Amino acid sequence: MAAIALAPQNLGIGYYARLFAKETKYEFVRMLRTRAFSLSVIGFPLMFFLLFGISNRHNGYGQYLIPGYSCMGVVSACLFGIGMGIALERAQGWLDLKQASPMPRIAYLGAKIISCASFGVVIVAALVVLGVTLGGAHVTLLQAAELAGVILAGSVPFTAMALLIALLVPANSGPGIINLVYLPMSFASGFWMPISILPHFLQKLAPALPTYHLAQLALGIFGEAQPGSNIVTHWEALTGFTLLMLGAAWMIFTRSEAKA
Amino acid sequence: MTASAVFPQPAIAAWPTPLSQTRSIARLHNVTKKYGPVTALENFSMELHAGEVVALLGPNGAGKTTAVRLLLGLISPHAGSVRVLGRDPRDSDARTRIGAMLQVSRVPEMLRVREHIDLFRSYYPQPLPTAEVIRAAKLDGFENQMFGKLSGGQKQRALFALALCGNPDLIFLDEPTVGMDIESRRALWDQIRALSAAGKTVLLTTHYLEEADMLANRIVVINKGKVVCEGTPAEIKHRVSGRRIRCITQLDLDFLRTLPSVSDVQQDREAVVVFAEHPESVVRAMLQRDESLHSLEISAAALEDAFLALTTDPAQA
Repeated sequence: MAAIALAPQNLGIGYYARLFAKETKYEFVRMLRTRAFSLSVIGFPLMFFLLFGISNRHNGYGQYLIPGYSCMGVVSACLFGIGMGIALERAQGWLDLKQASPMPRIAYLGAKIISCASFGVVIVAALVVLGVTLGGAHVTLLQAAELAGVILAGSVPFTAMALLIALLVPANSGPGIINLVYLPMSFASGFWMPISILPHFLQKLAPALPTYHLAQLALGIFGEAQPGSNIVTHWEALTGFTLLMLGAAWMIFTRSEAKA
Repeated sequence: MTASAVFPQPAIAAWPTPLSQTRSIARLHNVTKKYGPVTALENFSMELHAGEVVALLGPNGAGKTTAVRLLLGLISPHAGSVRVLGRDPRDSDARTRIGAMLQVSRVPEMLRVREHIDLFRSYYPQPLPTAEVIRAAKLDGFENQMFGKLSGGQKQRALFALALCGNPDLIFLDEPTVGMDIESRRALWDQIRALSAAGKTVLLTTHYLEEADMLANRIVVINKGKVVCEGTPAEIKHRVSGRRIRCITQLDLDFLRTLPSVSDVQQDREAVVVFAEHPESVVRAMLQRDESLHSLEISAAALEDAFLALTTDPAQA
């Protein structure tokens, strides 16, 4: 019986570029239109800035909050957008339909990373504008660009973390568990206030948190980093954390795939 | 399909194109798939030929969806092999020629129908034009609706549209008409027939015998992970509705064939086996003409029970 065999196809760069662009565009549009997500991810940092940044515009705390809330924005965008997004799409069967299509997995993940990183950059831009106009902050163009760069890079480790959460946590308990991880981490890493005013044991604990290293990198741009903070160590810590998360996610994914 | 199907010969129906009989497009070979202690498919083999519409018919939990997921490369078998278009189903080259409609409980709701179609078209190197996809899935007028605002039947049609985006040669439809009203169901049947007329190969799963009958060239009935029977819709229907009468009689086989509602008569060693829709009237006629008739047994055709489960309300099945 003659089987129909397929000649190998050469799918060109144009095909992949178009696919990647569409996947990213629609992922971003979808996140933006999902108001519960976009309003809270962009809204919370801006709202908190209006509350705490403006009232502290004369003592420099307003300036501190620009990098702090930028970090908070990108971390929440990644954890909720990607962690919840993938967990839900998996539970609803939508991920299966995507997997059955010829779209490469990297495009699916890439689109989500770029979309969340874009949210991060929108938050940076909005905070800088608010900070300069109302918060009594002095931000040079270079500082704003550096902050955007750190936030973009910061989306990678937290995407990796979100991926692991999506694989481990059932979709319906996702928001609770993500908050349980995200809120204490934000608090203990200096997103909201310098860790020097936190209890001593929390200060000791902070370097174990990936959020601390992201915060130090962002704060360092404005000269607000902890004394003795070393840029290289922070990048290394974030890289190590990314690899750890990706490795764990990969292990769990291949194990579940073998079982499936 | 042939009306004069000969029972019980496991015949393969005559397809419109003779060529297609010999061309295998996808195949599950001796596949075993377990979920923990539950065996979803056991030593299961099935083949799809180019251009045919095959219905996988079975009750809930029979293993239909597992078979589809194996063919899509979403899961891998514990034993046996899966080939699609001569490839591993995970191969992205194979996937560019395949379309799938799966049971999806929710879709990203904040994208418009047109945007979803645009997105899925970008996954394929030679997609169908958007307008054609929309027309084929009868989504005219809903293109700019958010997915979340569609009714149940419209959602199914939109998922069907996504399966067509890549202009696939091979289409998997997993329970395509679930949750549809009669009108949308019939509309989707028309669309599946149109695919068949265009030379596409279609595998659909269903738990409605009627649906399989309306659409398929060939029906594969499965239950508890095994093939129960396989044949043209005509053959399957014969098996479903008949009773089996077995007795030792001197009556002529040709005469028995003329009795009302008799679908088939066979010699089984010293006895005669008659398949009939209305066994009571057949037996009455036989007893009147042959006083020596003995060893009479009337039983449900072997598949009756399986089909009862298939054809009753899916909520009870």
